[in-house]
Amino acid sequence: MEKISYCKFKKYSLLPGFKLTLGFTIFYLFLIVLIPLTQLFFNVATLSLHQFWLIVTSPRVIHSFQLSFGLACLAAIINAFFGLIIAWVLVRYHFPGRKLIDALIDLPFALPTSIAGIALTILYAPQGWIGSYFTLLGLKIAFTPLGILIALIFVGLPFIVRTVQPALEDMDAEWEEAAVCLGASRWQTFTQVIFPMLAPALLTGFAMAFARALGEYGAVIFIAGNIPNVSEIVPLLIISKLEQFDYAGASAIAVAMLLASFLILLMINILQKWNYNKMEK
Amino acid sequence: MSAHRLTQITETNWIKWLLIIIAVVFLGLLIVLPLIIVFTQAFAKGLSVFLNTFNNTDAIAAIKLTLLVAAIAVPLNILFGILASWAIAKFDFRGKQLLITLIELPFAVSPVISGLIYVLLLNTHTIFGQWLAAHHLQIIYAVPGLVIATIFVTFPFVARELIPLMQEQGTEQEEAAVLLGASGWQTFWYVTLPNIKWGLLYGTLLCNARAMGEFGAVSVVSGHIQGLTNTIPLYVESLYNEYNFVAAFAMASILTLLVLLTLLFKTLLEHKYSREIVSI
Repeated sequence: MEKISYCKFKKYSLLPGFKLTLGFTIFYLFLIVLIPLTQLFFNVATLSLHQFWLIVTSPRVIHSFQLSFGLACLAAIINAFFGLIIAWVLVRYHFPGRKLIDALIDLPFALPTSIAGIALTILYAPQGWIGSYFTLLGLKIAFTPLGILIALIFVGLPFIVRTVQPALEDMDAEWEEAAVCLGASRWQTFTQVIFPMLAPALLTGFAMAFARALGEYGAVIFIAGNIPNVSEIVPLLIISKLEQFDYAGASAIAVAMLLASFLILLMINILQKWNYNKMEK
Repeated sequence: MSAHRLTQITETNWIKWLLIIIAVVFLGLLIVLPLIIVFTQAFAKGLSVFLNTFNNTDAIAAIKLTLLVAAIAVPLNILFGILASWAIAKFDFRGKQLLITLIELPFAVSPVISGLIYVLLLNTHTIFGQWLAAHHLQIIYAVPGLVIATIFVTFPFVARELIPLMQEQGTEQEEAAVLLGASGWQTFWYVTLPNIKWGLLYGTLLCNARAMGEFGAVSVVSGHIQGLTNTIPLYVESLYNEYNFVAAFAMASILTLLVLLTLLFKTLLEHKYSREIVSI
């Protein structure tokens, strides 16, 4: 029994291999992820605060930030609405083809983004299968911000469905039965009982879909049109800075984007905690 | 399920079907039609034109390169995934949550930024880059760069599939094995691995699909040298930009088929071993 661990860092365990596995994990993490990421911040540190500010507040950069954040947010909202319906239909109803639909949900997650990009472009182009109908309505989708929105909805959908689905599966029928016994209509049961219970999962899914949409590049560039100040997203702007060997500019924009998206994810986390505490009461 | 519910606890029939129709139409427009487009465009000019796409040195080079990149990146990430999930799921230690967050970090970083950080780290203006140049080692705009960027992007796939699975299974079986005198390796090989094999396989397949399909990160570090640093997704892009749609979609159809097989496999596994698979 001499082997009882005195170190407070880790609880005693019978199993071997802790040092080896944790050591390798941390080594690999530093080598592949953390050291390269800090290089980004070192690169930005060579700029003065004023230079940094000038880069990230130039009109072209501001516009691409507005476009990327606005569209990512809008896509996540649309996905939250339809994703909730899809998760609901998959969990609550039995109908022919349900398994097939369930399997297809993961497709945007696994399909190479450039392939999704060219397929969506062909589909929503003015002469495309879907685009031609919108042309009749006088609406152009591909090569406009609307096209970017479609691509971002595509990449974000699985995140909402796959976070809401388990929450809906785990929900006990008792709550709904109690609501009905107390005289609630179906709509009241949904808005007052079911929706508040799903809200945390929906919010998590929203955050993940938003984060994914914000950084998306492959699915977007084909359908976007990529016109500066009109349909140029932040990742594309980073690439164009890089192609001009403007490393400082590219890193400044990348850092601003990372900080902004972490800030938003942090806010969603705080909202989640606040919501959780409210539910506890 | 719904058949057993009281009518007040489920929706009236027309609402039910309305919701189903909304879901099906939404998925049809967003997911099914693009999928059909890939294959109709690939075969738009017949089978012989489709096959002709692959009868080309650039196409073969792109396929070979994609296989090479995946063959290096995927095993490394499997090794990492198994070791990381062993450390995280089987032991209690401080900072575990932080470690999990850091492992999932590459998911939150834009693929373009993933490529950018390696260009910043290894370009000839940095000390490390100058050392590499002095020894005539080319990483950025060459194959090693593609491999490293792919490792970064697919880094969390196996680990995040295995961690929840191994946490749920606990440590009792492994402890019993150790008490009975098994070595660490025997414990892993005979006790843990059989318990996680389907989850590991699915994580590997997803990791592989993403490794072969990564575009943004690879595009930044590749330099787009035809026949040398073009993976399939990059080659698809250059064909598409040359308005060679049939060839672009023909190349795309191979990877799409791979993804469809992966998802089919997952659906079959889920049916049998639902507890051993964690979605996404």
